[in-house]
Amino acid sequence: MNILSLLISALSQGMIYAPMALGVYIAFRILNTPDLTIDGSFVAGMCVCAVVTIAGHPYLALLCGMAVGALAGLLTGLMQTQLRINPILSGILTMTGLYTINFMVLGGQSNLYLQRTAVNSAGAETQVASDTLYKTFRAFLVELTGNKRLDNNLSVLIITAVIVAVVAAVLAVFFHTRTGMAIRATGDNEEMVRSSSINADRSRIFGIMLSNALVAFSGALLCEQQRYADLNFGNGMLVVGLASVIIGQVFFGKRSVTLGIISAVVGSLIYRIILQAAYKIDMPSYAVKLLSAVIVVIALTLPLLKRLVTERRANREEETEA
Amino acid sequence: MSGLSLIGLKKVFEKGTPNAKLALDQVNLEVASGDFITVLGSNGAGKSTLFNAILGKFRLDRGKIILDGEDITRLKDYKRAYNIGCLYQNPLRGTAPNMTIEENLALAYTRKARKSFFAVNKKDSEYFRSLLRELDLGLEDRMKTQMGLLSGGQRQAASLLMATIAEPKLLLLDEHTAALDPATAEKVLDLTKKIIAKRQLTCLMITHNMQSALALGNRTIVMDSGRIVLDVSGAEREQLTVPQLLQRFRENAGKELSADRMLLG
Repeated sequence: MNILSLLISALSQGMIYAPMALGVYIAFRILNTPDLTIDGSFVAGMCVCAVVTIAGHPYLALLCGMAVGALAGLLTGLMQTQLRINPILSGILTMTGLYTINFMVLGGQSNLYLQRTAVNSAGAETQVASDTLYKTFRAFLVELTGNKRLDNNLSVLIITAVIVAVVAAVLAVFFHTRTGMAIRATGDNEEMVRSSSINADRSRIFGIMLSNALVAFSGALLCEQQRYADLNFGNGMLVVGLASVIIGQVFFGKRSVTLGIISAVVGSLIYRIILQAAYKIDMPSYAVKLLSAVIVVIALTLPLLKRLVTERRANREEETEA
Repeated sequence: MSGLSLIGLKKVFEKGTPNAKLALDQVNLEVASGDFITVLGSNGAGKSTLFNAILGKFRLDRGKIILDGEDITRLKDYKRAYNIGCLYQNPLRGTAPNMTIEENLALAYTRKARKSFFAVNKKDSEYFRSLLRELDLGLEDRMKTQMGLLSGGQRQAASLLMATIAEPKLLLLDEHTAALDPATAEKVLDLTKKIIAKRQLTCLMITHNMQSALALGNRTIVMDSGRIVLDVSGAEREQLTVPQLLQRFRENAGKELSADRMLLG
């Protein structure tokens, strides 16, 4: 593969994971609350999407995936606000419970391919690939351009980029409405929100639902793109999302919510490019998780290092003056 | 009838444990509409607990709270906040640091604002600008600045605006100038007096400065061990000096008003 097709492949993956990064951004940066539901809701989105796609409704499948994510978020949110369970534990509980649900959705197996059994003209049973968003869009592009050898990743990139752009724009607008601003304020100073006669619990629950709906949507997109759902795909997904958000922040800072949304998307793209580069130098695929964890640790340590350096410099200057 | 009625408020914290503390003991208080009452008392006398009871931060063991004719005893805290503004000692408590001044005001105004799609809109912004101009701190030109970049005094002034922007029926001030330097404290207090007078607010203010407790407002109450032990107003209060106040407290409470944090002058 040449560099360009590698880049297209990385960008297409980055776009598919971008809603997940947005979900993590909403949970960690806007609501300021660590939410581990994410690992579970990603897979839930995948599983539900797989089942509905196989049933022949690839578009409805994406919405169903999203809805199941929102539902997972609702459970976590209720545990946090009504049962007063620690936020991290609430997320772990939902994630753990979801494993069983996901297993059941997949019909008691750990993975499911997007295909169904059909009978061909000779009367023999064959496996037919289910229609997906990506399959349909590629067929459309091939017809449009007349290029039968069209790079599959390119078509994935184009349609996903359009979807992500719409999602990001809607989010940017939403966070400037009264409801959206109340969610932001709840993450910033919950007491102030209550004092302003706004139901902070409701804002928090709604924020967690939105976050997990986006994460599950990402899972659903990935499911249709790679044509299978896998029960164990969510492990460490949170760290991947966090890495994307932090990488984005390096480029855009923390200034406004709109920039934050853009930076989460760009962070997801850059993260996939870094991974692609790492594969290129023969990094084994199982090293991904370690690499992600290291990126997050380094990025989170940067502010501390920066402070230590400035303090030391200040000390040295004081000494030379004395 | 309007105003605030507290009827037989009682609260024991950690009931049934060796640490049980009687925080409010049969507190009765009638606040007339337009009253500006200063609240005195040593640490642990129950002043802040009384405020938290009015704000609905905990459930009372007994008693009733009636605000402007409406029984709010069982109302959730954020619902009460529709009509009650509150300001604390810590200027950080009243504002969201990562949001702009404009967004903070818009959020506080949400409860009374006309319906609009965007929280920050032109018409409201003009109103906020005029309010900020009255503070005379130059904040009207910094409406897009993040709240966290302001000084403590500026943040407290902004919090004051936020607490009063929705024309509350009751304003609670819990030593809201105590954490500020003297010059800033005086400025914020002046602003407070101005806003209370302009909006004709009913107000309770906790302070530890006895002199200003007697000088400000139209009525002073002193608390001890969860009870109101002294309640003076009118001509009686006008003639009252700080030494006399201490004397009266000693007679009613049977002990000295501990002056650890109290300022006499």
